[in-house]
Amino acid sequence: MLKIYNDGRRITASISGDIDHHAARELRVSIDEVIASSRPELLIIDMAEVGFMDSSGVGLILGRLKAVKAVGGELLVKNAKKEIADMIRFSGLSYVIVNSEKRDYSTL
Amino acid sequence: MKRKLINECTLRFPALSRNESFSRSVAAAFAAQCDPAASDIAAVKIAVSEAVTNAVVHAYRDEEDAGRRIVEMTLRLYSGGFLRIIIKDRGKGIEDIQQAMKPEFTTAPESEERSGLGFTVMSSFMDNVKVRSAKGKGTSVTLEKQLTTYENEQ
Ligand SMILES: Nc1ncnc2c1ncn2[C@@H]1O[C@H](COP(=O)(O)OP(=O)(O)OP(=O)(O)O)[C@@H](O)[C@H]1O
Ligand SMILES: [Mg+2]
Repeated sequence: MLKIYNDGRRITASISGDIDHHAARELRVSIDEVIASSRPELLIIDMAEVGFMDSSGVGLILGRLKAVKAVGGELLVKNAKKEIADMIRFSGLSYVIVNSEKRDYSTL
Repeated sequence: MKRKLINECTLRFPALSRNESFSRSVAAAFAAQCDPAASDIAAVKIAVSEAVTNAVVHAYRDEEDAGRRIVEMTLRLYSGGFLRIIIKDRGKGIEDIQQAMKPEFTTAPESEERSGLGFTVMSSFMDNVKVRSAKGKGTSVTLEKQLTTYENEQ
């Protein structure tokens, strides 16, 4: 499931449930719609409610990174659990992860 | 030391994406019977999801009745908490297994957003990953892991 918070310049996509190949298709379409219509400066993917993610999630993040860069924006992933953060690191995408213990993102 | 087979189960299902979460949940429930560490269950779920997704996404690509073709998952639990999982399809097979297992190698078109990390993920979360494949005949992926159970910590 997906909840979108959009203030025009910053979009937070809060995902809940499992991110796998089956779920990724719908998530991709919904997030891309709001990227295209709002052209955000920052897209935050909030993983707090994601209990499971496999490499399909890495594809989803990479794809959204491309989409948001194409409109001149940035992407950050926050609140990823350990296994999920590890998975994202496999892809060399560590720099998109915001670690709640190390960085203050209360202003994001 | 010879391992004793304690329990086994085979699940056959059509190559539909809805069966990705179903099959990894079955594998997690099977592994849970020896009360392993939570991180072991998480590892099993991820590896099974990768192997089953590959069967759904790649094995029957371009086949008309792809959604009715069968994927088979066999789960075996041995004494001391050793787990072996075999995921098999009768699809197109992998031409070059070594190349397929390299990080970021994918044959899927860019529009599908595959990252080519499936085998890398399986290898990092399991102790052992074996792939057997024959062109036009199918692929079988064997995943093995020594689970950390209360029993083998004694
Ligand atoms: N069961 C299978 N049948 C046929 N080809 C397969 C099978 N499993 C894997 N392959 C081939 O091996 C390649 C690498 O697989 P791997 O899982 O590592 O990456 P991927 O599936 O392409 O991407 P990702 O898993 O990151 O979404 C695939 O692109 C595909 O060509
Ligand atoms: Mg894969």
